[in-house]
Amino acid sequence: MTAAQWLLLFSWAGLTLYALFGGADFGGGFWDALAGGARRGRAQRELIEHSIGPVWEANHVWLIFVLVMFWTCFPGVFASVCSTLYIPLTLVAIGIIARGAAFAFRKASTELWQQRLFGGAFALSSVLTPFFLGTIAGGVASGRVPYGLAAGGIVTSWWNATSLMAGALAVGATAYLAAVYLTADARRGGDPGLADVFRRRGLWTAAVTGVVAILGIFVVRVDAPSLYTGLTGRALPLVVVSGVAGLASMVALAFRRYALARVTAALAVAAVLWGWAVAQYPVMLPPGVTVPEAAADPAVLHATLGTVIAGMVLLVPSLLWLYVLFQRPAPGPSSKTTDR
Amino acid sequence: MGVLAADAATPADLVAARTQMGVSLGWHIILACFGVGMPALTVFAHWRGIRTGDEAYQRIAHRWAKAMGVLFAVGAVSGTILSFEMGLLWPGLMATYGQVLGLPFALEGFAFFVEAIFLGIYLYAWDRLPPRVHLLTGLPVCIAGIASAFFVVSANAWMNQPRGFDLADGKVTGVRPWAAMFNPATPWQTVHMILAAFMVAGFGIAAVYAAGMLRGRRDRYHRIGLLLPFTVAAVVTPFQIAVGDGLARLLADRQPAKLAAIEGLNETGSHVPLSVGGLYLDGEMRYALRIPDALSLLVGYRPGTVVQGLDRVPVADRPPVNAVHLSFQLMVAIGFALLLLGCWLAVVWWRRRDLPRTRWFLWLTVLSGPAAVLALETGWITTEVGRQPWIVWQHQRTADAVNPAPGLWAGLIVVLAVYVVLTVATVYVLLRLRGRRVSAPQEGWGQEYPP
Repeated sequence: MTAAQWLLLFSWAGLTLYALFGGADFGGGFWDALAGGARRGRAQRELIEHSIGPVWEANHVWLIFVLVMFWTCFPGVFASVCSTLYIPLTLVAIGIIARGAAFAFRKASTELWQQRLFGGAFALSSVLTPFFLGTIAGGVASGRVPYGLAAGGIVTSWWNATSLMAGALAVGATAYLAAVYLTADARRGGDPGLADVFRRRGLWTAAVTGVVAILGIFVVRVDAPSLYTGLTGRALPLVVVSGVAGLASMVALAFRRYALARVTAALAVAAVLWGWAVAQYPVMLPPGVTVPEAAADPAVLHATLGTVIAGMVLLVPSLLWLYVLFQRPAPGPSSKTTDR
Repeated sequence: MGVLAADAATPADLVAARTQMGVSLGWHIILACFGVGMPALTVFAHWRGIRTGDEAYQRIAHRWAKAMGVLFAVGAVSGTILSFEMGLLWPGLMATYGQVLGLPFALEGFAFFVEAIFLGIYLYAWDRLPPRVHLLTGLPVCIAGIASAFFVVSANAWMNQPRGFDLADGKVTGVRPWAAMFNPATPWQTVHMILAAFMVAGFGIAAVYAAGMLRGRRDRYHRIGLLLPFTVAAVVTPFQIAVGDGLARLLADRQPAKLAAIEGLNETGSHVPLSVGGLYLDGEMRYALRIPDALSLLVGYRPGTVVQGLDRVPVADRPPVNAVHLSFQLMVAIGFALLLLGCWLAVVWWRRRDLPRTRWFLWLTVLSGPAAVLALETGWITTEVGRQPWIVWQHQRTADAVNPAPGLWAGLIVVLAVYVVLTVATVYVLLRLRGRRVSAPQEGWGQEYPP
């Protein structure tokens, strides 16, 4: 494998982690929006806040990692995508600002009207941001972003059948991941009732998202034939894995096997991303710009690859510690000083 | 692949893109300064608190950690926006030079990752880890913050001193990413920025406690809250002035057009005076106080040192003089004023181990926070506007880097609105944080430390 291929692999792995962790944080915002009135939804909101709080900033960095990797290793592709899709990307950027700030502000505010205001901004941006990220993915996957500065249609590149389907799929997938993750968090927090609420929601969203995905195959067949060829050809095993894993996660949820549900749900979502990559590889952007053609100078690729490997050595243990630390139950009530 | 080029954007769109980038960067840079400087101050107070059992230090550490949580969250998202805007607004830069300046950003990505992970642990695991281990988790936050500043500013230094690549028909080849990262401007610019971060964070926090003391809260908690960050910032100030001086000398050598704009200097020559104040009108520096030979002396330590003027720069390649000159003047003036303020405290402290008795000192300390921010912004304007009309000095014009897609001004309006709301909300939330009970950060508000 070439350095460019390795780096693409790492970038895609970063994107997958962003979808699985950052995506679940977005989904948390989705359920926050639907949690109901301030009193009724309080337990749910607290659980969501508790689960997201320590990790969302770290989860979020995966997106920056992916952006930086693409602009360093595939600068022309990055510039083409950004310049053509600048409208949804600006909306994503605004969504990210609103979401992060509102979440931090809500945490620091005590009065109900403030919590409602910041909570509303948090919830709304949690739904819109993955939607627009999905439309961006749909635009690239359906071949509507040609190589060149602002060479594609600035509206049609992301407002089309594949993009809208991908946007809906992204919102569904994030909500689904969050619901599945939150069931286990709620049970560990000692609230089986709450776990059951999210279990039911997980089953519903899995069903709805599954239907969107199946309809999506027909949309792609009409709207993006070359993607369809890839998905039903070389990427077919991954498409099948996604479907099977999705079904398995529903079964696991139904039987309250929450840990198993987590793994299978994550697998179902990851397989969609890798299915897209395999279906399209080695073409990055039309007209047929491939990975070796788009790759940066070899010296850059080697330096970046070294940086990524060294960085991972630092990063992976730190991340594991972060997740493990907050997946353990909190210490005894003696040190709990919560007073809201 | 070939060179990515497109039709130029309209002038209005170029102005919109520059304004949007300026606002987002100018906004983020303040938060970034607190992100770099505040963890060290907090961890130090925290360490003193654990070590001595002094309740005032512990209370300070809790309070600052809580504020840091808000500031870091807002800084993290406003920083993310910048990485978007690099592509959205300047795809011409990224398409041609993205690979050359990418390495420091990749490194910064990891530094930021480490910072976010350990900040999450430091803020949320206050009660979950043994105190010593918990204190140690604050150290990676401090180091990663400083490293992030280094990496990001080294990319900016490269825009001023581009190298580490060859050009063949407008296409970048033979990239040497490490040479690009460690260009001649990197050591000066990065140190200048990191010291600025400690000054902004130090004077900024001290200002809050000075305001409290002016309202009559003169307890130990407020005294330490003022003295600790103030001391750090005041100690840094003389070094900052020295580094700034070195940076200006580097300009004389390597980026003379910027120094000429800073000084409003038209004619190349020796025995060049230093212009203090004044305005550049009708192509000439007017109403300035001129100190004979001073610029020549500053640049080369001899009155005969030749300093390049704007006459050596083609008209189309000259930066706008007034914005650069006035920003620089303001930055230097504030720097020396802060130095004097620090000296005042040092003298009084040396004589009687106490703050100056007059309320004037507290008032000036309250002002020192916004003043340090103003110096930060004007310094940034000096380096960025002084590089114009180039985005990559002498290699790519800003007008050639901007996104050719129509309607960039609409994005500007939306982004401006978002930043106004964000500013109001941030200030409001921080003000609310001040008078509140604090418990372990991010675990809600507790009974331990009443205001």
